Amino acid sequence: MGERKPGDRERAITSVAKTSITDSGEKQHTLLGADELILNMGPQHPSTHGVLRVKLKLDGERVIGSECMIGYLHRGVEKIAEHRTYQQFAPYVDRMDYVAAVSNGLGYCEAIEKLLLVEAPVRARVIRTILTELQRIASHLLWLGTHALDIGALTPLFYCFREREEILKIFEKYCGARLTTHAFRIGGLQYEAYDTLEKDVERFCKNFESRIVEYEDLLTQNRIWLGRTKGVGILTSAEAIAFGATGPVLRASGVKWDIRKAMPYAAYDQYKFEIPVGTAGDTYDRYLVRMEEMRQSRLICLQAIENIPSGPILAKVGKVLSAQGRIGLLRCERRDGATVPRAHPATVVRESAIV
Amino acid sequence: MLGTVLLGSESDCFCTPAAEGVTAAHIAQGPWPTSPRNNNLLPHPRAKSPPPPPGGVPAKPAAPAPPKPPVVLQTPLNNELVERVRAKFGPALVEATEDRKQAILTVECARLAEIALYFRDEEKFDLLSDLTAVDWPKREKRFDVVLNLYSFAKNERLRVKARAGDGEEVPSLHGVWPTANWLEREAFDMFGIVFAGHPDLRRILLPDEWKGYPLRKDYDIIEQDTAWVKENLGIESGQ
Repeated sequence: MGERKPGDRERAITSVAKTSITDSGEKQHTLLGADELILNMGPQHPSTHGVLRVKLKLDGERVIGSECMIGYLHRGVEKIAEHRTYQQFAPYVDRMDYVAAVSNGLGYCEAIEKLLLVEAPVRARVIRTILTELQRIASHLLWLGTHALDIGALTPLFYCFREREEILKIFEKYCGARLTTHAFRIGGLQYEAYDTLEKDVERFCKNFESRIVEYEDLLTQNRIWLGRTKGVGILTSAEAIAFGATGPVLRASGVKWDIRKAMPYAAYDQYKFEIPVGTAGDTYDRYLVRMEEMRQSRLICLQAIENIPSGPILAKVGKVLSAQGRIGLLRCERRDGATVPRAHPATVVRESAIV
Repeated sequence: MLGTVLLGSESDCFCTPAAEGVTAAHIAQGPWPTSPRNNNLLPHPRAKSPPPPPGGVPAKPAAPAPPKPPVVLQTPLNNELVERVRAKFGPALVEATEDRKQAILTVECARLAEIALYFRDEEKFDLLSDLTAVDWPKREKRFDVVLNLYSFAKNERLRVKARAGDGEEVPSLHGVWPTANWLEREAFDMFGIVFAGHPDLRRILLPDEWKGYPLRKDYDIIEQDTAWVKENLGIESGQ
């Protein structure tokens, strides 16, 4: 062995480790010359809101592969639903996304109404729209505040929660709950709007216009924010569709599509609003789209409180509704003789076998 | 029982006798009165009796309303889309029905991938909203694999179903819509449906070693893999 020169050892390591062999047998170029490191991020990690485990494949600090693992919060709600009536299951959907319980409730109630061929009265639909758009703002605010927090900006969190609190107070006044509201019922609403609902919503919307400007002042041109969101997580429009993305994620990828316009539900067909779209499909565009969506939600709320129609708030639906009772109901609906009295659907539910 | 399910009109078939006396207007008036638990069999306290007719003549009891015609929920469907599919795939299209304005096509399971590709490319159903399954334990082919498709171009939804028996392999649609990857893993996890050609068919929500498929109808609501719970969570009773 010859004499060692300074730097030889470093060169030797680099030349050997620059191409390492991966599990699947292919050669992979690694930047730092270190072997790959498998690192578990989560399932409980402060930056994974919710419980997500990401198995990261690292080359130094560079992520060269990842595998997502879910299921840590799986509660088997479908199985629970098999053993509940439609009304009994309604509070469960609030818990599927507890920062957007109202929106979940709306989707669930509208779906059951479609099954039953029932339509909620127009007053109920307008109030549903107002509450759902407020919930959209509240949900976006929570996302914005925590996203900024994760990047290191503490102030937006306090600003966002300040406004979110106003919305939660409106929910609390309306139905007594702040998060898991169970605000709607199948067929309409259970509670009539409280006296000052319009005023509260109007006051919130008036204030909120300048508040969005405050958030944007802090973030939109912020160098760190730009550096951490621009060009990150790019999803092209074709990819977004192929992976089944919807909502703001799809719109940020440049697809001008909103289910509130494409297949209007509640009272969305009566109000004017724009669909914001992005161009690059990166995190920054998703941020811009959501900011604009909050503005549009505010406009929808303002239009809706202008004229809340009077009238009933609950359509005529049975007290016990169950998918399993459907066959049983067929039986008791024939009413072709005294031998088959009109049964209470609750008993029918119990009688009917699983088909 | 899968055929035509008949229902009375929605106003009476889903109404309990007690609910009939209560109109939405009463409910709108305010909170429910505090009354004994079983008061739902009594007339609603605020239910108004009809106003006395002018002149003080007692009203004749109203004639019973004529029975409403039953609502047929599922009707055979025969639109242009169905005709095109039938012309192209013939007997592979098993059934075409419409249920509450929703087109439902039942297709042959073995040709599902080919038909799915046709729906994506020719009929422009480019979004797979959902892929799930339904268990009908008494049926010979017990599973329905259900695809919910959406077309941005047509603004239309389409439901495609394929019947599969227990243990029968269903072609994977991972190559048609990438999002089918996780959705098929979920159907495998919950129902035990095997998707042939899936790149990574593992359980997605439950632990890998779990025994049993919870969304099958014969899996009881409190049933669980007791051995797994004992071993991994250290809970001796298994609960």
